[in-house]
Amino acid sequence: MVEEYLSIFIKAVFIENIAINFFLGMCTFLAISKRIQPAIGLGIAVIVVLGLAVPINNLIFNFFLIEDALFPGSDLHFVGLICYIGIIAALVQILEMFLDKYLPSLYNALGVFLPLITVNCAILGGVLFSIERNLLFTESVVYGLGAGTGWALAIVALAGITERLKYADIPEGLQGLGITFITVGLMCFGFLSFGGISL
Amino acid sequence: MSKAKEVLLNPIFNDNPIALQILGICSALAVTGTLYITLIMCVALTSVVTLSNFFVSLIRNHIPTNIRIIVQISIIATLVMLVDEVLQAYDYESSKTLSVFVGLIVTNCIVMGRAEAFAMKNGPIMSAIDGFGNGLGYSIILIVIAVIREFVGAGTFYGIEIMPLTTNGGWYLANNFFLTPASSFFIIGFTIWALRQWKTDQIEEPEFKISKNSLEAEKRTN
Repeated sequence: MVEEYLSIFIKAVFIENIAINFFLGMCTFLAISKRIQPAIGLGIAVIVVLGLAVPINNLIFNFFLIEDALFPGSDLHFVGLICYIGIIAALVQILEMFLDKYLPSLYNALGVFLPLITVNCAILGGVLFSIERNLLFTESVVYGLGAGTGWALAIVALAGITERLKYADIPEGLQGLGITFITVGLMCFGFLSFGGISL
Repeated sequence: MSKAKEVLLNPIFNDNPIALQILGICSALAVTGTLYITLIMCVALTSVVTLSNFFVSLIRNHIPTNIRIIVQISIIATLVMLVDEVLQAYDYESSKTLSVFVGLIVTNCIVMGRAEAFAMKNGPIMSAIDGFGNGLGYSIILIVIAVIREFVGAGTFYGIEIMPLTTNGGWYLANNFFLTPASSFFIIGFTIWALRQWKTDQIEEPEFKISKNSLEAEKRTN
């Protein structure tokens, strides 16, 4: 039982890393990765939102949207997308108000990117993956946290590299975004090596 | 009139959503394997961003600030569902290949970013033009990546064989690296480099300058 959950977690963090292997949540990933501190903050925010959004949407799917859920013959599959995104948007808005009130320094550091967590494909992607794989409720909790941890790990690693890179003599046009892309490309190769692990 | 032209053309090279605003990169990496699929994706995204900018701007004065994100997102999600239905009706094959990514237009930051940054502050017509321009800016980068990836990875252009593959008795050994999505990171990186070499005002200021004469100073102390 425990091993099963552990294997879901490890798989979500390393082997099927949502940022590196599925390229989800790239926009915030590239924009916030200049310093480690805000990267950690955003990583934690994503872990929290994914850890909440995946199980909640899993329940919504199983109790409302799946075939014959409300009454025999009902099928609300086609409104799935708008339901999931509505719940994610509500969660992010609550998180935003919470941070604004209790952690204003983090709120200011995240700036415009906090509302953009709503449109962070990592969140919707995680939700869609958990539904596609028919995870049970407890499994979806573990998967949500694992996917969030994987994303946070990737962004903190990238921020660590970028922080060092600012002392490097990079060609003018490549500075900033250009070199970040190439760094992520190389990180991508690194994460590909986890692909051989079988659980 | 000239403002409309500026709003339309600015996002293509001067303020490109992918290369400068860092928006909408996820799909740029994932759907650029073949040119045909990329073109469908570009049309879908451009129509969604144009219409969503138009509708968000139309009701911008009636949206309470605290719930603006939910309002914007439901407009976008409805539009994406419509685009998805249209695509399934007219080109079922490609919609099956694209299925996940059409859904993920909802979370494409270009749509949301433009709604938040432009449509909330400007009139409907201007917003629609801005949306269209940003859609074009996105499309241009995607098409460049797709052409390179398809050409080097499979030796074809828009499905037409240019360089015959060795597997079909030709001379070109396909470079499989360009079929992996990792290659698009490198291609985008180098595209940005090329763009900034041309439009030098887009170059980012380094946080830590290496002094030009540091080597000479070192010599002098020795």
